[in-house]
Amino acid sequence: MRAAAYLLLASLLLVAPAAAQQLPDPLKIATEGAYPPFNYLDDQGKVQGFEIDLARAMCDEMKVTCEFVVQDWDGLIPGLLSQKYDAIIASLYITDERRQRIAFSDKYYQVPARFVVPKSSDLKITPEGMKGAVVGTQRATSFERFLRDRFPGIDLRVYATMDEAYLDLKSGRIDALMGDVVAASEGFLKKPDGAGFEFRGPEYTGSTWFGYGAGVGVRKEDAYIAKAFSGAIAKLRANGVYKKLSTKWFGFDVYGG
Amino acid sequence: MLAFLADHLGAFANGALITLQYTAASCLFGAILAVPIALMRLSRRAEAFWPATAYVFFFRGTPLLAQIFLIYYGSGQFRQGLESLGLWSLFREPWFCAVLTLSLNTGAYSSEIVRGALLAVPHGEVEAAMALGLSPLQRLRLVVLPRALAAAWPAYTNEIVYQIQATSLVSIITVMDITGVARVIASRNFAFYEAFATAAAFYLAIVYLVILVAKRIEKRLHAHLDEVESVGKRIGGP
Repeated sequence: MRAAAYLLLASLLLVAPAAAQQLPDPLKIATEGAYPPFNYLDDQGKVQGFEIDLARAMCDEMKVTCEFVVQDWDGLIPGLLSQKYDAIIASLYITDERRQRIAFSDKYYQVPARFVVPKSSDLKITPEGMKGAVVGTQRATSFERFLRDRFPGIDLRVYATMDEAYLDLKSGRIDALMGDVVAASEGFLKKPDGAGFEFRGPEYTGSTWFGYGAGVGVRKEDAYIAKAFSGAIAKLRANGVYKKLSTKWFGFDVYGG
Repeated sequence: MLAFLADHLGAFANGALITLQYTAASCLFGAILAVPIALMRLSRRAEAFWPATAYVFFFRGTPLLAQIFLIYYGSGQFRQGLESLGLWSLFREPWFCAVLTLSLNTGAYSSEIVRGALLAVPHGEVEAAMALGLSPLQRLRLVVLPRALAAAWPAYTNEIVYQIQATSLVSIITVMDITGVARVIASRNFAFYEAFATAAAFYLAIVYLVILVAKRIEKRLHAHLDEVESVGKRIGGP
């Protein structure tokens, strides 16, 4: 009798934590859908991109079905905190500031940030050289924080999406923009609209602003979901699936050092 | 919340100033547009009626958000054309595109208010003015417009209040009005609730002030009616 009670207790102890760790199924993942080639909407309005492929692979690895929710960039974290979805996969950088409000998986890619200017521009990329220059970037990004802190003399314009900043750089409303090198190159410079524009100045990686790469964001109380994603990322790195997806979208490994 | 206000009140005050400027400028230009457009809509001449009707139809029939995008990013694609007209230096500025769109939008709605008020002017008064030998222009200036504008004022107050709130859309083209400031502060500090509660309080305060002023103007416009009413009371009273 006593042995049976112990057995029951032991089995409860074993099962209970496992039950609490059950991943939500379907797992709802929010993405921006406006940051090509990482995540964007195709002509049919379906989410596509490197992060979407990677998210699907991670979900397969975690044995859950995933549903994507498209959410404007600056509403991503508020929506997560108000339980609208379970995770964010939207090139959200793991920064110390954000870590105070949400939890992250390990990083799944990391690329530096850089200025893009017209080739004809004589802008010098220093805080003095850019004094008074009109610079655009996306609102609520690491780029915005960096520009406000390190380039206080510029006339900063913040956009809801990166695509809108590209449009204004193209039309000449802004003198420069800041973005990550892969998105700016694939989403703008390599397209017809991007002819006549180039990267200028150093690559920026300071972890104060740009953090430790892009990670899956979850609510703090859901740290186990982040952990499951971290496990999936490690597996996909090891079994070559990550490399295959990265090569498909970028032609190189975007994981970073 | 108090610490939040202490840190960001200055930024919100700057945003409120922008919101007030954009509201005032667009209401002014909108009002200037409204009267001629309303008269054109009432005209029997096709060359006056159709352009005005098409304008009102377009700006009342499409969302303001789409209009802002259309004028701001649309003008960016026609830079060469606008440059040759010497207009690009204006269109390149977000404030210009914002005020232009807001003015055209409120102009369309206001013209309908004015048109309704013009139709509501009692026919007898117009006939009386004709009997006095007033020319068509004199009739318009001395009889019809003053009557119509007094009648239109309460509805127009409503339009101004709507316009204050409509300006919140200009933050999508990088203008730092109250909403733009709230968005930046909310994301920087993750203080979504505080930032938008503060923004809402600022809008409420502005709307309240505008309604207060509008009520006083309404009283003046209808001063003669108050007089009649009180006379009526005196006669009918005990």
